[in-house]
Amino acid sequence: MKVCVLVKSVIDKDSRFEIKEGLVHFDSYSDRTTNESDNYALEEALLIKESSDQDVEVVVACLGSEDSSQSIKDCLSKGADRAIHILDEKFNSLDALSISKVLKNALEEEKFDIILSGLQSDDIGNGQIGILLSEHLNMSHASLAMETELNGAEKIRVKRELEAGWFQWTTLSLPASITIQSGINKPRYASLRGIMMMKKKPIKVLSSSDIGIELNQATSLLEQSIPKKEKETKFFDGEADSFMDDLINSMANDLKVI
Amino acid sequence: MKSFVFIQSEAGVINKNSLEALCGIQKLSSRPSITAITFDEQSVETLSGYNIDRVLHLKNPLLQSYNPLAYVEAIQKIIQTEQPNLFAFGHTYEARDWVPRLSARLDIPFISDCTKIRFENNTIFTRHIYQGKIACDLTSSSETTILSIQSGSYRSDEVDSGSSATVENQEVDIVEDKRISQEDKFQESKGTVDLANSDLIVSIGRGIEKEENIPIAEELAQAIGAEIGSSRPVVDYGWVPHDRQIGSSGHIVSPKLYLAVGISGAVQHQVGMKGSEAIIAINKDKNAPIFEIADIGIVGDIFEIIPKLTAAIKEHKQKS
Repeated sequence: MKVCVLVKSVIDKDSRFEIKEGLVHFDSYSDRTTNESDNYALEEALLIKESSDQDVEVVVACLGSEDSSQSIKDCLSKGADRAIHILDEKFNSLDALSISKVLKNALEEEKFDIILSGLQSDDIGNGQIGILLSEHLNMSHASLAMETELNGAEKIRVKRELEAGWFQWTTLSLPASITIQSGINKPRYASLRGIMMMKKKPIKVLSSSDIGIELNQATSLLEQSIPKKEKETKFFDGEADSFMDDLINSMANDLKVI
Repeated sequence: MKSFVFIQSEAGVINKNSLEALCGIQKLSSRPSITAITFDEQSVETLSGYNIDRVLHLKNPLLQSYNPLAYVEAIQKIIQTEQPNLFAFGHTYEARDWVPRLSARLDIPFISDCTKIRFENNTIFTRHIYQGKIACDLTSSSETTILSIQSGSYRSDEVDSGSSATVENQEVDIVEDKRISQEDKFQESKGTVDLANSDLIVSIGRGIEKEENIPIAEELAQAIGAEIGSSRPVVDYGWVPHDRQIGSSGHIVSPKLYLAVGISGAVQHQVGMKGSEAIIAINKDKNAPIFEIADIGIVGDIFEIIPKLTAAIKEHKQKS
């Protein structure tokens, strides 16, 4: 059985940025990290591999620039068997539908039984890729998974999270693409042995010419900006002692909450 | 311009987020023709009372309860025959589950989780990226564009009413596809706290850093007389029980005071608390999206500020 995990490397949440001529620019020293829900997707794949009596191969697929290689290595260190890195400048800033077409062309021949992905990325947050891909690859799908149960080689049962504390079990015929909600499991750390083994694991790099795709994207970016504030905010900054009296006064007299 | 709005509805109960999407379409400056499309017969009467052109009720037994493959097939056919310019959804969990599949099937773009749509020669879609820190304006050159509207971006009680909508019932053929089968919905054990009815909430986010630090926030809550709530990551880490989670997957609250401690305010969290009467946020990152909706923003180290704030509140209460 072959399980694919879609992984994205994203800019760290606390990175500084500025807007110049309608485009966001992050500080060049910004740290990158693996997208949070993707960590849970990888862990779920590793748990499937470890608990199955079948032979399971876990393959990490990542579309992203060279900066993504640390995320790929982390996944291999934690226990993924090999990786596919889709790396080409032409693939920067694509919309969700175009990204899914690139992934389709890159991954189709692998004939994965299961594709797992985080439910949405912490940067662009389209929340669509795993499901778009299910249609392109003619797989069943489920989103917002909070538990999975693999039943033999034919079916997987998935507990889906709905709104406001409701859940629903869904049974999918394989092949299936499942998007994973954060909190489904406890992602592991890489062991020293895992880090040593990682160095021998293959990473296949694919460029646009390897993938052979002509993209004709319908959506385009007009401009990026800082969102307009909905409320007038009274800010307190600096040493806590310097503003505490003012703050208590505001809480008591303006907001009337104490 | 021709637009469709999908109305998610169960036994006559229309999803609020679907109505917010309808409101967004109605407010476009160059108002398109509007068809509200639903699978729920019991919602037809309500829908026909809105200021729209047509209510289209699609009929097939396979559409009675949610199945993504049946839903995709039904709407795929409608889009192919009617070719609307815009096809709008509320950004519900259900829409997130099946609409991307519709987009791939038809090879038309789906601009998800929009906070605003407006018309300036062309339709402009605004969505937020980087956890709400940056707004992005997009356009689409596709004949049909699918979009979803973020919960709370428009008001369901501002949907215009009217009386000129025509009602159309249409049978739709669907080939049953058994690859996805759903069981009944259920709720996990209900908690003992009643956050939805709490007047004062101190809510803990990832900025608390570790479980051992939770008591600092609990002492603040005690001083105010507030219940403890939390953002999703803190529940995921197991530091606070699931029944205290606030946000799209947890409780929706609107207390008199919501005091957010170390919460950045991602969209999924804001959905659960932006209706609060007063919001105070303490966060080290002055760009945190929570400050956009806060009445009072305190920028700094929560571990320095909270103990001092707790002491100052106690002192204030003793005096008054």
